[in-house]
Amino acid sequence: MAEQKNTKTFKSMNRRELFKLAPVLALGAFATPKLREPLLEEGLAFSDWASAVLFRQGHMATTFDDSEVAPLEQFYVNTYDVDDPNVDLAAWTLEVKGAVKHPGNYPLWQIQTLPKFTQNTRHICVEGWDVIGRFGGARLSDFLNMIGADTSARYLYLECADDYYESLDMATAMHPQSLLCYEMYDHPLTREHGAPLRLRIPTKIGYKQAKYLTSLSVTNLLRGKGYWEDQGYSEFYGL
Amino acid sequence: MSTRALTIEDPKTGEVTEAVYEHPYIVRLCHWVNTVALFVLVGSGLQIFRAFPSFGAKIPEKELLNWPKAFALGGWLGGALQWHLTFMWIYIATGVLYVAYEWFSGNYRQILFVRRDIRGVWPMARHYFFFGAKPPVTEAYNPLQKLAYTSAIGLGVLSLLTGLAVWKPIQFSWLAWMMGGFHLARLWHFAVMWAIIAFVFGHLVMVVLHGWNNFISMWTGWKKNPEYIER
Repeated sequence: MAEQKNTKTFKSMNRRELFKLAPVLALGAFATPKLREPLLEEGLAFSDWASAVLFRQGHMATTFDDSEVAPLEQFYVNTYDVDDPNVDLAAWTLEVKGAVKHPGNYPLWQIQTLPKFTQNTRHICVEGWDVIGRFGGARLSDFLNMIGADTSARYLYLECADDYYESLDMATAMHPQSLLCYEMYDHPLTREHGAPLRLRIPTKIGYKQAKYLTSLSVTNLLRGKGYWEDQGYSEFYGL
Repeated sequence: MSTRALTIEDPKTGEVTEAVYEHPYIVRLCHWVNTVALFVLVGSGLQIFRAFPSFGAKIPEKELLNWPKAFALGGWLGGALQWHLTFMWIYIATGVLYVAYEWFSGNYRQILFVRRDIRGVWPMARHYFFFGAKPPVTEAYNPLQKLAYTSAIGLGVLSLLTGLAVWKPIQFSWLAWMMGGFHLARLWHFAVMWAIIAFVFGHLVMVVLHGWNNFISMWTGWKKNPEYIER
């Protein structure tokens, strides 16, 4: 049997049910300019936290057959200001700083004494395009071992000849596919692809693959999260 | 599950109307929060798409469509990603809460399309699209509506899975693999968005056709004089 109410009580029941939806109005905070920015920063930070939780050091990025690799001419060159910062390749060294036992300047040949790994992996740009390329270099973890890095530190901080800079979390730096890359397509890096040394981290988005490296420091405190990250892009952006 | 029903008497005129509590609170809350989240996700998603409006190679780049900035949200790629990566959590939260509520309350029987609904689809479609006679209304949702709402839940799940494959193609490599790799996952994510937009369009047409009482019931839960009550 249906309950009986009069019109007045029914109206107040409806009003009460409508007020219960007030929490929906909380979303209006995103429409207020003052609150929007901190809220979106929180959202991005939460996504980065989730990304770090989802990252598994023992899980490999997919590798591809040589036949699936795009020709070098189809590997888009993305730079933030100049295609070639005119690095003096003969005089170049990588400056190593921070929480390491052996700081100093490391020439390329010294990095090349480490075992070389070559892998065909997918490069994904934050814009949405992707390209499968062939990359060769030393494992970042081997290099960190060589310089006596404190791997309990949280980050690597990398500077580049074109004033680009990047940060990398230690867990990703120690991933076996993370490379200090000096070869693409079995040839030394060309200038537009970051000669003489770049990062190649297949588990990260494109803007993390810093080119024209000049210095690497091991640190717990970052001066900046990265060139794009400091403008509002995700800091972790693991794939 | 028993739905609450009322008879309402106007003390002045003595007129009696009936009302049914059609939409439980959690359903209404999820519906409206999800409406906002979906709006933001589509808008920011289209802004993200503007950064590379193609599903082909980067070189040579063939633009699929030049989506106007006025119909996108976030202003620039980084801003749109912030909106997208924030509201996806709200979208997931309402989706999970809604499905869990439907499941545990038994309310899913209202909208879940099951085998016995199959034969009712064609008469209803004939009524809506080809001026056929209206089949008798016996429940809150007719078979065609059930099919639409059940599909919408499926699309919600697909939007989440395709999105995960685009966001985390390595950690969820099995998902990306099922979709034919990262490159195609991005296309599926886009296609699911359009399917959801198509659903929303049909949904809004129906809301307009079914009038004010029906619309207001998604706010208060109560629907006055529903057709399926025998008087």
